[in-house]
Amino acid sequence: MKTNKFIAALRAIKARAYVRIVGGNRELSWMISEVGLPIISLAAYIFVYRSLGAPPQYEGLVVLGGAMIPFWVGVLWGMASQFYWEKETGNLDLFMASPMHPAWLLLGMATGGMFMSAVRALGVLAIGVFVFGVHFTPHQPLLLLTVFLLTLTALFSLGMAASSVYFLVGRLGLKLNMILMEPVYFLSGLFFPVNKFARPLLLIAAAIPLTLGLDGVRQLLLPRGLGIGFLSPYAEASILAAMTVVFTIGAVRLMRRLEAKGKRDGTMSLRWE
Amino acid sequence: MSLAIETVDLVRTFKKRRGEVFSALDKVNLEVRPGEVFGLLGPNGAGKTTLIKILVTLLYPTSGRAIVAGCDVVKETDRLRGLIGMVSGGETSGYGILTVRENIWMFSQFYGMPSRLAKERIDGYLQRFGLAGDAKTKVNKLSTGMRQKMNIIRGFVTDPRILFLDEPTLGLDVHIAREVRAYIKEWMAENRDRNILLTTHYMAEAEELCDRIAIIDNGRIIACDTPAALRATLGKGGSFTLSLAPAPADASLVEGVPGVSGAYVAQTDGGAEGVLRFQLNDDTRLAEIFAAASRAGLTVREFSKRQPDLEDLFMKVVGRRLHEDE
Repeated sequence: MKTNKFIAALRAIKARAYVRIVGGNRELSWMISEVGLPIISLAAYIFVYRSLGAPPQYEGLVVLGGAMIPFWVGVLWGMASQFYWEKETGNLDLFMASPMHPAWLLLGMATGGMFMSAVRALGVLAIGVFVFGVHFTPHQPLLLLTVFLLTLTALFSLGMAASSVYFLVGRLGLKLNMILMEPVYFLSGLFFPVNKFARPLLLIAAAIPLTLGLDGVRQLLLPRGLGIGFLSPYAEASILAAMTVVFTIGAVRLMRRLEAKGKRDGTMSLRWE
Repeated sequence: MSLAIETVDLVRTFKKRRGEVFSALDKVNLEVRPGEVFGLLGPNGAGKTTLIKILVTLLYPTSGRAIVAGCDVVKETDRLRGLIGMVSGGETSGYGILTVRENIWMFSQFYGMPSRLAKERIDGYLQRFGLAGDAKTKVNKLSTGMRQKMNIIRGFVTDPRILFLDEPTLGLDVHIAREVRAYIKEWMAENRDRNILLTTHYMAEAEELCDRIAIIDNGRIIACDTPAALRATLGKGGSFTLSLAPAPADASLVEGVPGVSGAYVAQTDGGAEGVLRFQLNDDTRLAEIFAAASRAGLTVREFSKRQPDLEDLFMKVVGRRLHEDE
């Protein structure tokens, strides 16, 4: 069966993404666990801002932060630790023994993951708008779309790179996920403007794509003059684009290394004699 | 004639935690001809799965060489992967949230198959294996047997030139296993350029399906031939079963008789009665065995003879039974 390599790659990406785009939304229990539960902490921050008499725009800032939670959850649980699960179920053997390039597998996972997280993010936004009455005032829509998409590509390419690293550490990766949840929520300023950080902390925070992306989206969706910006959205878009390129190249190289190491050490499969 | 699979002095070692080196394959030399169903027979830990993992490019050999479908398994992995398929027994691969049809389709896409062709083939296979009614059932709702049928369809749907079946009927009901074997024969008959490398615990399965069989133990190939030729090495005698009372402690009763091999006490009924099995290549020696039993104070309750099979051969060449728990 001779197939054009480009077409074959698209088929592989589509098939792996299908699992998340169709399968991931099939059981509606995610609405409770992945939208309902994050709303609780989001609501808490909204009530804090209200009780302090903060401008109502701060509620929009919180809702946008809450809407980004599914993306970070997707990166950690749907990307970084994915190969561990794939190995446990025996899928990894079959993926690696198939003719597709491992990069297509990663891209399929990322594409599906972005879609799945976006559906959950929309759920959070809808609750923010309809329940809490939050208003957004989008300006520079093209730049807004660019910053948002680059945030997703940077985040999920980070997830692709992390998947190989996580695979090497095995079950420890699951603990790593737990460790990386709250600190990243804090550093990326999910519920407050990140520019309130001291400079050293700000530098650490800026290494996380979520911080830059969220800051950029907030600047472009909330009224000007709130004084929440950390860098200009243009600068943030450029850094996110650079991160995407670096993480993607890193992910493909790491994946190849992982494959070679797995074949050398016999760590890729569960079942050995 | 180029070979479908060839291994030359294939060695694979693994490092254990304390730095010890464990040899899973020790200078394995195999030649599988085009069109053959080739069986690998061996107990757990013999090296069967390790060999398959090397042949399907999931593991590097420590030394030696393996060529599959004309491709070096280390240097030409990308080309080789499009020509082969693999199904293992007891697999839990795929995604529970997808349906049977979707799961098989997903894997077909990793081989670059046009989606329409894949769906047509999948529907044909689902029909053939009696899974058409469950095409839209989510995989996490399937029984073990149904799930394994799905895995087997996944192996065939991409129409590989060489299919590796690692204990494909493990844990399956008798009738499902029979169905799978029937299809394997049908698939091979359709195109004589195809090959199957099959590992199995089931002697009858190996005997029914395989053109040739290699017996592997402790990482070494210790016999390789057609099932008939392998059986012929047991001579013209037969396999004998003696029910003795009381149960003999061991097989020493017959071990000294010329022509006896592979003797063991198979079952004991609390010491009151025991079953002694052995191969004997000269029936005229039976009188000596009966006399020895009598001298030992044992009564022969039952006596039977059957043609030797691969289980007997395995016992003879390996020195123990394939299923030690039996």
